[in-house]
Amino acid sequence: MTLLSLVGTLFPNGIAHYALGGVLIGLGVVTIYLATGIIAGASTFLESTLSYVSDLSRFNRAKYLRSRDWRLVFTGGIVLGAAAGAVATGDFGFTTEVDAWRLLGGGILVGIGTRLGKGCTSGHGVCGVGSLSGASLTNVATFLLIAIGTAQLLAVAGVTP
Amino acid sequence: MSDDADDRHPLFMPVIFLGGLIFGGGLAVSRMSHPEVVLDFLQLEDLGLLFVMGGAAVVSGLAFWGASRAGGRAPLTGRAYGRRLKSMDRNVLLGGAIFGVGWGVSGICPGAAYASLGVGNLPILWAIAGMFLGAYAQGYWRSRRAEDADAATATAD
Repeated sequence: MTLLSLVGTLFPNGIAHYALGGVLIGLGVVTIYLATGIIAGASTFLESTLSYVSDLSRFNRAKYLRSRDWRLVFTGGIVLGAAAGAVATGDFGFTTEVDAWRLLGGGILVGIGTRLGKGCTSGHGVCGVGSLSGASLTNVATFLLIAIGTAQLLAVAGVTP
Repeated sequence: MSDDADDRHPLFMPVIFLGGLIFGGGLAVSRMSHPEVVLDFLQLEDLGLLFVMGGAAVVSGLAFWGASRAGGRAPLTGRAYGRRLKSMDRNVLLGGAIFGVGWGVSGICPGAAYASLGVGNLPILWAIAGMFLGAYAQGYWRSRRAEDADAATATAD
């Protein structure tokens, strides 16, 4: 197998839009960081927003009450920025074929796991790895390996897409 | 100036919003907003997602490294520049494992789910509802456990 065909096998859709998207995600993090010193992850929004509707002590910690309004603004920016990016690349209106039960059930586990584990793909995966944090590298290795195993099992069981 | 709500620089919210726009744009351009793209990656059929996470981590890491080495404080908040360092404990492993199962089942993580909504993918509302339910469940359980621990301490006194 030549090198070129190996690259074609590993990256059948090329790498340009992946790398460009990754750089943009990083620039979004850097914009906020350089101006405010804040390293923003995406999953804290789930708990800080719950403080608006729940009295549970976990959600009403000072650091969530202090950040819940700007986390709403950050998430609103993500939604609108993605809309603009999708329009620009002709992807707007995409609809997933993944079953609702997988989205809901998987979402519940993502909600539990990211908050218990102190971060998600952006907090640990991008910002924590960028910080060479041992806890983040451990967390990312764990969720990557387990996610790959889970997706492989589902594929073997014939669940598609 | 600080990041407290009553003492914020007028540019604080606009900058947060701008950062979110760029961040979300990147998620859409990379197609990580498609659960199918994530699932293809996890089934090792298209490894392109390595460039999304890797590219973002390198760009962020260079800024964290450069700014914390140079010292100084962020102009809008007066915060010192630092890195993202969380303490290591059992929850980092357990949470990562639970997240991994959920990511493998759904192809969805928090940031990508918000972006997917922006792309117009309405079924993603199932995943967003699920994430809030999951976040609530762990918060309920941990709040109760904290109260039980307080009660036990009070009784011991």
